[in-house]
Amino acid sequence: MSWEVVIGLEVHVQVNTKTKQFCGCSTEFGAEPNTQTCPVCLGMPGQLPVLNMEAARKSVLTGLAINADINLVSKFDRKNYFYPDLPKGYQITQFPLPIVEGGYLDIPTKDGEKRIGITRIHMEEDAGKSMHEGLDGVSHIDLNRSGVPLMEIVSEPDMANADEAIAYLKQLHQLVCFLDVSDANMEKGQFRCDANVSVRRPGEPLGTRAELKNLNSFRFIKQAIEYEVNRQIELIEDGGEVVQETRLYDSAKGESRSMRSKEEAHDYRYFPEPDLPPLRFTQEEVDAIRAGMPELPGQLRKRFETEYGLSPYDADVLTQTRDLATWYESLVAAHPADPKRCANWMANELLGRLKETGTEISASPVSPTRLAGLLERIADNTISGKTAKDVLDAMMTSDDDADVIIDAKGLKQVSDTGAIDAIIHEVMEANPDQVAGYRGGKDKLLGFFVGQVMKASRGKANPGMVNQRLKELLKG
Amino acid sequence: MPFSTLSELKTRLDAGEITAVEIAKSYLDRIAEFNNELNAFVDIDPSHVLEQAQASDAYRASHEPRPLEGLPIAIKDIFCTQDGPTQCCSNILKDYHAPYDAHVITRLKEAGAVLVGKTNMDEFAMGSSTETSAFGICRNPWDTDRIPGGSSGGSAAAVAAALAPAALGTDTGGSIRQPASVCGITGMKPTYGRVSRRGIIAFASSLDQAGPMTRTVKDAAMITAAISGHDALDSTSVPNAPVVDWLAACDQTDMKGLRIGKPKEYFIDGMDQGVRASIDAALARCEALGAEIIDISLPHTNAAVAAYYVIAPSEASANLSRYDAVRFGHRCENPDDLLDMYTRSRDEGFGTEVKRRILTGTFALSSGYYDAYYIKAQQVRTLIRQDFIDAFEQVDVIATPTSPVTAFKLGEKTDDPLTMYLSDIFTIALNLAGLPGISQPCGFVDSLPVGLQWMAPAWREDLILGAASAYENATDWVKSPAKFGGEV
Repeated sequence: MSWEVVIGLEVHVQVNTKTKQFCGCSTEFGAEPNTQTCPVCLGMPGQLPVLNMEAARKSVLTGLAINADINLVSKFDRKNYFYPDLPKGYQITQFPLPIVEGGYLDIPTKDGEKRIGITRIHMEEDAGKSMHEGLDGVSHIDLNRSGVPLMEIVSEPDMANADEAIAYLKQLHQLVCFLDVSDANMEKGQFRCDANVSVRRPGEPLGTRAELKNLNSFRFIKQAIEYEVNRQIELIEDGGEVVQETRLYDSAKGESRSMRSKEEAHDYRYFPEPDLPPLRFTQEEVDAIRAGMPELPGQLRKRFETEYGLSPYDADVLTQTRDLATWYESLVAAHPADPKRCANWMANELLGRLKETGTEISASPVSPTRLAGLLERIADNTISGKTAKDVLDAMMTSDDDADVIIDAKGLKQVSDTGAIDAIIHEVMEANPDQVAGYRGGKDKLLGFFVGQVMKASRGKANPGMVNQRLKELLKG
Repeated sequence: MPFSTLSELKTRLDAGEITAVEIAKSYLDRIAEFNNELNAFVDIDPSHVLEQAQASDAYRASHEPRPLEGLPIAIKDIFCTQDGPTQCCSNILKDYHAPYDAHVITRLKEAGAVLVGKTNMDEFAMGSSTETSAFGICRNPWDTDRIPGGSSGGSAAAVAAALAPAALGTDTGGSIRQPASVCGITGMKPTYGRVSRRGIIAFASSLDQAGPMTRTVKDAAMITAAISGHDALDSTSVPNAPVVDWLAACDQTDMKGLRIGKPKEYFIDGMDQGVRASIDAALARCEALGAEIIDISLPHTNAAVAAYYVIAPSEASANLSRYDAVRFGHRCENPDDLLDMYTRSRDEGFGTEVKRRILTGTFALSSGYYDAYYIKAQQVRTLIRQDFIDAFEQVDVIATPTSPVTAFKLGEKTDDPLTMYLSDIFTIALNLAGLPGISQPCGFVDSLPVGLQWMAPAWREDLILGAASAYENATDWVKSPAKFGGEV
């Protein structure tokens, strides 16, 4: 009998504001411990929070981008628990009345597009960081992260396997990057995921779920979910029962262990935050935020397909990030004659080379104008596509334009009929048997002659013309 | 001089008859002489007081004097000050030095005031008698066997005994007005949002408000004017709150046309009959001054204490979580582990009443009880707020006793928290509604002061400052100094 898997995801996204959620401290990553703190984010007596409105606006923008309702009045609450890296002993968050409710994302699956519901987005503040390892039994606390603004984006339990979960996360990740509401660097903890996983027999009510914590890469999330699904199925098939608990995934061991059971779960004693009045937006303010919404990945993809005639694959590759899409459009602007050639060269040649050195498109040594200069030379038959690849290689490590390299290396294509004919004659004279063979009906020998001619021209002969002239001259 | 009002001192300073240093010295002398017995101050640094006074005299020599130039003001130990310790009279904050001034402290400094020491209080402002202070009880200058009220008992005792001409207090459920009442001075709680709470150690954030404790109504107006105003760093501080000329309001000498509401719920069986008689006499006096006394009802008054003792402890339970021995404050010796550090540090650092309120609040917010307690209390709060809105459609101000009794004996109620909580029965509703109130002296019962409480709609401090001033101008109660420390 088969099993159905039910997955819901809670994603913590760090909002990329300059200052923290409730004070003026910097959010810059990687500073010396406890250098980006103040009495407010240290939880000192008498200090009060003041909301970062930029973080609120970015939360609204995210809500609009997932087609959700924006609550014009939302409220803050205190979530109470003791932990050394939580200075106030409570986290300011939003509980019954969050800023965003009821949206969705459409994700690609192997069976086509699937709609994943998003229950809510609420604003909250991050805690600091506790460090225990390598400190000889003492613990250190870094409160630079204390009070950094977060959005918690909670999905409906709409995903049926790890692949869908990953597709959703990638889509969400791409979205927050496009909106410029988060840098979403997973290694820096700016995009973190908790997964709620349960299994059931088809048609049965939802099974008991386990919450997986500490998932900080797409690969680990997939592994952790698959591990958990198998664990639950084996458990039930062996006559056991899944218990509601929080589990911690250990990526090194590839397994999870129980962190706390339902009985040990915290009672967070949420109640309204009396230090902050309700957060209010007018419809006009929301409309203004909507008007400033950038083009989203899906829209961009469709536009690239229709406007530039790109294949769905190329359109997808070139809209993975805003930087890629912007780069592509700069390239097309510099080489408007052939957007498809632009796509091919950028997606296959340039990105391939950048990937080898681990370079982001924003740091590409070849600019859109320089690449366009190279594509022009292909278009006007100055060089062949094959030669162009060598020129691009050279451009990656030099500041020279394509023309300079072509001239310096003497790569200019030979398209002169006389010159090509001369080479062909040389080749024919050197290979009388093959000439006889071709003329006797062995058409396949044409390839041999093309190869010989190209070799004799050191690759510079225009391949199209070589073909055409060979057929002519071989007829005899 | 010591029993002078702030206004009198200001007049003499401005006339050049006296210097800020001379004023400071005279109060420092009295503190040195009498504080041992009263324990009104828990921290005093005479040289720092004199430095401020010298600086003020120097400022005056070359500038127009600022509104409170050279005037000494005592500070409740709940206000964070960069100078000296800020301990909230709790062992958990013993020797804590705040790295910042509370907004109101900054305001007082900018107004030229000389800050005098830290006054005794109930630990974290949780109490009505100053007996929960970790730094010893404080005595009432009118009878040193009696409580000075609380939680701002030290501030009240200091002003009543003329150890300072004025003081700052905070009022969460009556903590300015009730001690003012039982110590025979004037105390005002401004409208919630009028005065910034930043740098005031939080007890119950939705209720806390700072205010003046003074000898006269006009002095209270002077200080309120200096400390109020919007603070962008307190999100509950209200921008553009309406302000009327409060000092001008204090020149009022009659009550012609004033409609005074007398709520029947504040004249109850079981209240001290002497107190009742004093209030009735005071209201008769108001009538003689031209006021109309109108019987009104604030029907949900009897639920105020219950609602308050859910809401205030709930907020406090979270506000006091930061005292976790991690970053500052008391930490126990040699903790075994994190849990041991938390529990033992907090057990050693907090007193019984504070623990009681943290437990009460934690319970009220717990899953399964939240709706029955916290939500219900908030609903009651809404009803109480509505009571006042309805009442102020009929009347301009409301007058009541501040406290049902005069100062009780030290130790009399310490073993009976519920009876102690009823000390605030007449002051709590005003905090729940966020409205301004004043307590002023209006008589004596057995040589102990009685307080008359005035209440006004939000932002109408001017109405009660005016009414209280008219009453004060027509009576001599403020001219009777506490017998403590020798008559003037």
